Amino acid sequence: MGFDQYHEPPEELSAETRTFARLCASLTEEAEAIGWYEQRLAVEADAEARAIMSDAQGEEFKHFAMDLEFLLRRSPRWRQICEGVLFQNGDIVEHGEAAEAGSAEGASDDETGAADGSLAIGSLKGVQR
Amino acid sequence: MNHLLRHLAPISDAGWELLDEEARERLQGSLAARRLVDFGGPRGWAHSATNLGRVEEIDSPAADGVSAAQRQVLPLVELRAEFSVSLAELRDNDRGAFDADLEELDVAAQRIAVAENVAVFHGWAKAGIAGIAETSPVEARPLGESGEEYPRSVARAVEALRAVGIEGPYGLALGPDEYTRVIETAEHGGYPLLDHLAKILEGPIVWAPGVKGAVVLSLRGGDFLFESGQDLAIGYSHHDADAVHLYLEESFSFVVATPEAAAPLSP
Repeated sequence: MGFDQYHEPPEELSAETRTFARLCASLTEEAEAIGWYEQRLAVEADAEARAIMSDAQGEEFKHFAMDLEFLLRRSPRWRQICEGVLFQNGDIVEHGEAAEAGSAEGASDDETGAADGSLAIGSLKGVQR
Repeated sequence: MNHLLRHLAPISDAGWELLDEEARERLQGSLAARRLVDFGGPRGWAHSATNLGRVEEIDSPAADGVSAAQRQVLPLVELRAEFSVSLAELRDNDRGAFDADLEELDVAAQRIAVAENVAVFHGWAKAGIAGIAETSPVEARPLGESGEEYPRSVARAVEALRAVGIEGPYGLALGPDEYTRVIETAEHGGYPLLDHLAKILEGPIVWAPGVKGAVVLSLRGGDFLFESGQDLAIGYSHHDADAVHLYLEESFSFVVATPEAAAPLSP
């Protein structure tokens, strides 16, 4: 089993940072899978096979969205920038630049815990007591 | 570095890990509202108000043919619970001690969790927050004198929600006394009351310190919004030779979008 998601010695990383890194790796894998299915769908002529792969790609969309939402809940600045870019009409680059600039004076990074220094408790819906 | 000023505290990385983990563990057990309502954010410490999407007409400046309206927002509130930790206890933790005395932190965590629960379920007029129980149009009926009466009361509350088209699953926030009664009670035949209630609700039963009686509410989403600015965090105030003085802090607002999606039950 590999530990490629860590670029620093894992024993020096907090549990929160290790979890964050795992989900970043998972997000990457889901994006790769989406791309692979897109390519397969582009060349597959069999309608039944295409239907199955299209369904599978839908699963990867869901996985990607769940991974992303988890990461955004743990990273307020990332979330803030995404809120300025995602689901907006207009120029994507302009939105990105504006969101990045706006975030600089908002949530900041901290060396412990979540990026905003909080306990990163967030929502507890669905969490067993 | 941010407004919490944690970097100024005479606390090692191991000390911060100890305090954060203790606070997280204590809070997660007591933050009942977050188990049952939608959670938005955190939007950051600089986020000051929740958009209500409404306007109020106001007099326009002196110009003919111009109307004016002002956006309506709900300002976030800040909650803070102060506590102290002995520097000697923190040094012992650095040496490997596993029984640090963090009683003041535990008390502060419980207090701020209760304050959050009360604001969400019973409201906080001075902060402009209307609570779930007080806004519900469903008349609060008694939960019952004994645990054996609870299933009928909860089933009626669920039925009242279904009757107005509020779909489940449903959750149940129970005050501490009522929760204790539930977990201690087995009905005729030994069937645990907790399991019976869970079957009725098809959702969680939550220990909710600060709640008076109980509240049944839909978990379908979109009915109750807790918006977090700064999520709960430990910040630094000051220190002296013996102790470091810290605080737990958060900012949030709470809005009930669908009052009829909850049914309160009185103690």
